[in-house]
Amino acid sequence: MSAISRRRMITRGLAAAAGLSGLAAAGRIADRYGLVPPDHGGIYGPGATLTYAAQRLLTRNSLAREFSRSQISNPPFANEIAPPSDHFKRLQANGFKDWRLSVEGLVAQPASLSLDEIKRFPARRQITEIACEEGWSYVAEWIGTPLVDVLRAAGMMPQARYVVYFSIQGAWWESIDMADALHPQTLLAYALNDGDLPVAFGGPLRLRVPRQLGYKSVKFINRLAVTDDLKRFGKGLGSASPEGGYAWYAGI
Amino acid sequence: MAETALGVDRLAAVATRADAPRHAALVRVTHWLTTVCFLALLVSGLEIVVSHPRFYWGETGNVLTPTLFSLPIPASRATVPTGYGFVLPDQNGWSRALHFQSAWVLVLTGALYVIWGAVSGHFRRHLLPEASDRSVQAFSRALARHLRFTRPAAADAWSYNLVQRLTYLAVIFVLFPLVIWTGLAMSPAFVSAFPSTATLLGGRQSARTLHFLLTVSLVAFLLVHVAMVWFAGFGTRVMAMITGAPAPTRGPE
Repeated sequence: MSAISRRRMITRGLAAAAGLSGLAAAGRIADRYGLVPPDHGGIYGPGATLTYAAQRLLTRNSLAREFSRSQISNPPFANEIAPPSDHFKRLQANGFKDWRLSVEGLVAQPASLSLDEIKRFPARRQITEIACEEGWSYVAEWIGTPLVDVLRAAGMMPQARYVVYFSIQGAWWESIDMADALHPQTLLAYALNDGDLPVAFGGPLRLRVPRQLGYKSVKFINRLAVTDDLKRFGKGLGSASPEGGYAWYAGI
Repeated sequence: MAETALGVDRLAAVATRADAPRHAALVRVTHWLTTVCFLALLVSGLEIVVSHPRFYWGETGNVLTPTLFSLPIPASRATVPTGYGFVLPDQNGWSRALHFQSAWVLVLTGALYVIWGAVSGHFRRHLLPEASDRSVQAFSRALARHLRFTRPAAADAWSYNLVQRLTYLAVIFVLFPLVIWTGLAMSPAFVSAFPSTATLLGGRQSARTLHFLLTVSLVAFLLVHVAMVWFAGFGTRVMAMITGAPAPTRGPE
């Protein structure tokens, strides 16, 4: 082997090592700044990570578009829902008076809130568009309590990184990072347009996350868990969506 | 004859850099990366469309609102009325993941190509029409030659003719930027930071419809492009785009 090609191999080896350790360092920095989604593994991990990181750098505090009253879709479209369980039907028969939202995890005062207690917080009304990953969309006025108010009231701890939220329909649960959890437009919505949030739209309580696709706006919310580690939930991918092949981050 | 003279000129120009490849290495690599990404985007995009093969104009649209047009295909969602008595399986999970990952590779590849093309003079030398071609007469002559399927001159193996140049410029600087823009206009988070990406197009559903129509235009380009390559000598042209040089064994064209 000639000296030149040996030198070239050594420089190339060093460059490759520098490149790899550079990538590893970039990964660690990205993770520290919350730019790596929980479902970053697998062959589509690089794309999902690039999308989430780029979005977080661009859209951390941006507000979803709000529309005028004349742009409200009439009627709104109720997507199909799984048949309600007997437990749900009993709660519904009682006008959801016994509906409870439990707030647990990294909070100083875990709570179990009734709908009336949630409605006692200052309400936020916003006319936003909900867009399904399938392609359709509608605009509606959503009325509810900003999630951030409930989290603060429960004494959310500083190490919180994600809020996991569960539907009373056990198979559906999601999570969002703090950029979306503390976002003023993220609502625990209990009303739609002129009345209570209908069951067909996720009533009595739905988490509205207007900067992400519809599947992050989980219907029939009855449990919130504040956490610093999504690995403790389900298969550790952040939510039920990646377990079914869909991206955890749905801001696209 | 002017055409022959032009051909001789171009051959002469080529002869001065006879050892240069027909296509620069960066053009070859970005061409095939773009091809792979485009096909992945096309297949995954069609799978996503199958979940709602209806198109609208304006901000909102769903099965309760009138369509601009809809595709006469079955859907992968039971909520969409299609007239078919069955529902296709849901393929949106992997389709979406593949779509966005391919989009990233395509955008990064495109950015590399555009920066290199501007810096190296590739656009100026190979894609902008030559000075002698910048006239309506030259364009109609070139177009007529194209439409008559006149077999390309030998010089065309070494350089793009006027119709090619204008078509490639339109694909690179009009269709691809628009298809990226209309795609971003469907991202609720991106639009929250840059609302005009959606509002300038007339709303979210307009963006989705335009995204589809732009894809149709790109597919039309792809079909004509492949047909033209076939017509000009498939093996030679494809080898030129892989190895850089056209095979020397082919007879006079």
